Amino acid sequence: MSARKLPAPPTNVEIQDFWDACNDDKLMLPRCGDTGQFFWYPRKISPFTLSGNVETVEAAGTGEIYTYSVMRRADPQYAIGYVRLDEGVTMMTNFVDCDFDSLAVGMKVRVVFVEAEGGQKVPCFTPA
Amino acid sequence: MHTRGKAFIAGIFEHPTRKAVDKSVAQLHAESARGALDDAGLTIEDVDAYYCAGDAPGLGPLSMIEYMGLKNVRHMDATEVGGSSYVVHVGHAAQAIAAGKCKVALITLAGRPRADGMATGTAPRNYGDASPDVPFEFIYGPTVVNMYAMAARRHMHEFGTTSEQLAWIKVAASHHARHNEHAMLRKVVTVDEVVGSPMISDPLHRLDCCVISDGGGAFVIVAPEVANALDRDCVKILGCGEAPKNLMSGQVDLTFTGARWSGPQAFGEAGVAPGDIDYASIYDSFTITVLETLEDLGFCEKGKGGAFVADGNLISGTGKLPFNTDGGGLCNNHPMNRGGLTKVLEAVRQLRGEAHPAVQVKDCRLALAHGTGGSLGTRMGSSTTILGRADA
Repeated sequence: MSARKLPAPPTNVEIQDFWDACNDDKLMLPRCGDTGQFFWYPRKISPFTLSGNVETVEAAGTGEIYTYSVMRRADPQYAIGYVRLDEGVTMMTNFVDCDFDSLAVGMKVRVVFVEAEGGQKVPCFTPA
Repeated sequence: MHTRGKAFIAGIFEHPTRKAVDKSVAQLHAESARGALDDAGLTIEDVDAYYCAGDAPGLGPLSMIEYMGLKNVRHMDATEVGGSSYVVHVGHAAQAIAAGKCKVALITLAGRPRADGMATGTAPRNYGDASPDVPFEFIYGPTVVNMYAMAARRHMHEFGTTSEQLAWIKVAASHHARHNEHAMLRKVVTVDEVVGSPMISDPLHRLDCCVISDGGGAFVIVAPEVANALDRDCVKILGCGEAPKNLMSGQVDLTFTGARWSGPQAFGEAGVAPGDIDYASIYDSFTITVLETLEDLGFCEKGKGGAFVADGNLISGTGKLPFNTDGGGLCNNHPMNRGGLTKVLEAVRQLRGEAHPAVQVKDCRLALAHGTGGSLGTRMGSSTTILGRADA
């Protein structure tokens, strides 16, 4: 079964550093410099204080499946879901290199970086 | 400023078309407007406020006010929060009327996704690369169906909700739709047929999804003195609420909706409780949308929605909470993939005693209409309005 090719992710000046880190196989999490809280999705403004005091920290890259759905009507099928990272934030992703029927809420997963169209690497997850 | 009893719904119209190959979007808006004004006994000369959302072509109110020849408009609102927009408009129109900004507000919705061959539910949606969430979501293939499916999966995981319980919501809608000559799906279905229909994005089956239809609708909201002068049964607006809900900076919880906040606003303003409601129009893009919304509005405890909807409890005449007696989005109509406006229409029919006799709620005095826009799987708008008879 051939996997769905991910489209090239849109980018802009605010988030290019996130994608650059992905190309180095690093998942960088934004953290509010004022409160110390991680947040998702990446941005340069803290959603807790509206300040520009945002730092980034490399994630461990591990977590568990919060929820998922296999798009049965698509060809090829793909599994979309949310992963709750060990750092405490939950991000949307695809599950790859696995039997979709084996996925389950609560399953431990780890990040893998998959080349999208155009060569940019993007974070996906696979059973740990 | 509270708006209880300060504005009335005087006219409604649901466009009968479900596939509009021979009409433009603007034409459908205008035909819906004409129908609602005729129903109220008003004309375009009377209209001094116009409301529309993202389905309106061009520059929204600016384009449609010119197209329809509205000459006396002095108040406009183009609040765009997807399918919840039109229930938001009810509240905003009531507020504008209470503030003396206008006396006759016209609200329209229309579109033709079927005629245009739009892949509504199964093609990934992209709201534009400039939307800050899109780079971190669109690449993963979010579709309308798989976003709601993820909410359903999590609700099942946390509360033990089953596909059979969700199916009861479709079954109830189908029992109502069989009496609606305009409904797209008029055949009564069973729980087994719903869970046996093809899986679109698990755990949601084809029959967990609403229809895709062309069409539209409109309603007219007026000041009390206008309502008093009309030879028409007008419905009183008792309370309104609106709320956004989203991914909360990464603290994701897909088991509840913004109805948790819009509901108490509306009930509080109206001075009533869920147990007082005789009829409920609940936004039903998918079966899971109804289930989570009923919990969040307080019709049952959080997590108990599955048991609440089971065994025909939403069927008019037999269940405790008759819902979507026109067949709803699940069976009747979901014009331009936006079901908020039609939710208001059926609530007005019920309060006027003009629903189909087979589904009319006896002595219906208090009704609720609830809209949901965007996605249960990411960010949504929720809007609630409580309506009553003129003497409520």
